Amino acid sequence: MGRRFGPCHGFRHNHRQIMHFSSTDRYIATADLAVAVNAAVTLERPLLVKGEPGTGKTELARQVAASLGLPLLEWHVKSTTRAQQGLYEYDAVSRLRDSQLGDARVHDVANYIRRGKLWQAFTAPGRVVLLIDEIDKADIEFPNDLLQELDRMEFHVHETGETVTARHRPVVIITSNNEKELPDAFLRRCFFHFIRFPDPETMRRIVDVHFPGIKEALLTTALTRFYELRETPGLKKKPSTSEVLDWLKLLLAEDLTAEDLRRDGKNALPKLHGALLKTEQDLHLFERLAFMARGGR
Amino acid sequence: MFLPFFETLRRTGVPVSLREYLVFLEGLAAGLATYDAEGFYFLARTVMVKDERHLDRFDRAFAESFRGLEHVTAQDVLEAVDLPAGWLARMAEKHLTAEEKAAITALGGFDALMETLKKRLEQQKGRHEGGSTWVGTAGTSAFGAYGYNPEGLRIGQDASRHQRAAKVWDRRAFRNLDDRVELGTRNIKVALRRLRKWARSGAAHELDLDGTIRATAEQGWLDLRLRPERRNAVKVLLFLDAGGSMDPHVRVMEELFSAARSEFGQLKVFYFHNCLYEGVWTDNRRRWDAQTPTWDVLRSYGTGYRCLFVGDASMSPYELLQPGGANEHWNAETGQVWLERARAQWPHSVWINPVPEAFWDQTRTIGLIRRIFDGRMVPMTLDGLGRAMREVAR
Repeated sequence: MGRRFGPCHGFRHNHRQIMHFSSTDRYIATADLAVAVNAAVTLERPLLVKGEPGTGKTELARQVAASLGLPLLEWHVKSTTRAQQGLYEYDAVSRLRDSQLGDARVHDVANYIRRGKLWQAFTAPGRVVLLIDEIDKADIEFPNDLLQELDRMEFHVHETGETVTARHRPVVIITSNNEKELPDAFLRRCFFHFIRFPDPETMRRIVDVHFPGIKEALLTTALTRFYELRETPGLKKKPSTSEVLDWLKLLLAEDLTAEDLRRDGKNALPKLHGALLKTEQDLHLFERLAFMARGGR
Repeated sequence: MFLPFFETLRRTGVPVSLREYLVFLEGLAAGLATYDAEGFYFLARTVMVKDERHLDRFDRAFAESFRGLEHVTAQDVLEAVDLPAGWLARMAEKHLTAEEKAAITALGGFDALMETLKKRLEQQKGRHEGGSTWVGTAGTSAFGAYGYNPEGLRIGQDASRHQRAAKVWDRRAFRNLDDRVELGTRNIKVALRRLRKWARSGAAHELDLDGTIRATAEQGWLDLRLRPERRNAVKVLLFLDAGGSMDPHVRVMEELFSAARSEFGQLKVFYFHNCLYEGVWTDNRRRWDAQTPTWDVLRSYGTGYRCLFVGDASMSPYELLQPGGANEHWNAETGQVWLERARAQWPHSVWINPVPEAFWDQTRTIGLIRRIFDGRMVPMTLDGLGRAMREVAR
């Protein structure tokens, strides 16, 4: 009986490339994130990632690419970005100019088609990871214009009459900061993952990856102070993973010890807090708290 | 096989369609989650939930569908000695009827129950170590509450030293993101975004220079292109019920709207007390010496204004229905008359009520005002605000 299991193992995946994403030596992926990424990779659906700023949404795409050994294409979306730009752009203005100058190139419209990121991803020689970063920055119609392209992984070029189809369906990772709501039709085509702010245990592993060999006492004190600070009600911008990493880098650079970070009555803020608190209101808030603490004794 | 789960999801308000269900089955067939309850949960969540607001509902639906499923073998029964939380929850589940659960909810005594439960758990731990059985007491009402209330597991977690962590879906880590909770500091930002989105949906036009150049080059003749202007002139009248228990809610709404002020073509804020009568005021501190006659307001602001009333709509029926019924002054005409005038003047109006929707039927005037507003009353939650925006934008 027991023999039946060994040789058959892994056979389920035979028709698909076996790709597996998990934590790397530079990035800690929680179990739920790994499941989400692997589901998106295996079932070839785009993965929509949301979460507080600074929890590593964009970094995720880079790490997925590195971990699967695939090249990464990044498409950063801005408020002025149109969906069409991701497919291709027809440069009518240069064609007009060339026609004035009598350039021979002008007769072939294909010379004036500039390929966008999606086109590049579709026609790449192998599978790639495509990051569509901050999709919520763009116009509200932007995701709707990409429905067909992301679903069928093909699009039509009107100017030349050709249809571009993906040779290998790329791994698409989309990030959003929730500035706009995404349309239902778009969401239905995506897998979704919400990156939560890491709990202290995960945070330790993350810090460990970035600063191996950091002193235990310093780390404990720093993280304790950090989580205290984060839990303060009324903060405008809560510091997040990237902020705590910056802060620890500063602490290490200044060679501070756990003693330096100890809370004293006068000082509600830890040393080098500039890395953690980014708005003036938050600094004021802490100054007021410190003032009240002093008044109370 | 998972159809009951699918149905539970839909019933709890997670918008899943057949498409998600099929993809989920595809994922299972591809072997993405096997023999691992947590992986199964993560996979289901990734595929079926599309918005963080639905995560909490999903967790609840998942817990409901798969309760007790993950360990019911003989092995687990033996292990249950170290596992009071799961065991008790199941016991309580067995012993309590739906009516009993409803009764506990209705009493609202959860906190007290939890306290008792905590104490009893501690006592029981002692007794258990002493060698007597604790299973028999599991059917008491305190444990019933425990089994039913999802919060309960947290206590189970810190009261016992068993190795297994509480189940992920029972932690309900996403509760804050559910849009049926009331507006607070945490989700006010999202509310603001919705408001802005609403404020921007106008259709004035400006010249699209790039588009014009491009179209002209393509066509060979001058082809002017216009595009919708990015800002717009939604005009808003805000009537806030000031005074007493309403103040914190009113402050939230004030902050919300003044933060979005730059997005509106015009924003006017008026205050009233309990119900709209012949006078309103624009500065709450000067409510007695600087009143504006409501008639002036009705005449000055045209039907194009979007009008939002914020108030609990809870008062004595006389204040609404009786001339002279107002509790602070003599009103010649009833509040109902004034509200109806406002409704007639501003058809795009909505009443936003901070009282939770479930309690609306218990106050008569809420029903009356709701009727005056043709049912256009929404709770003061993210979801309600979204509904309000849709109503007035029509």
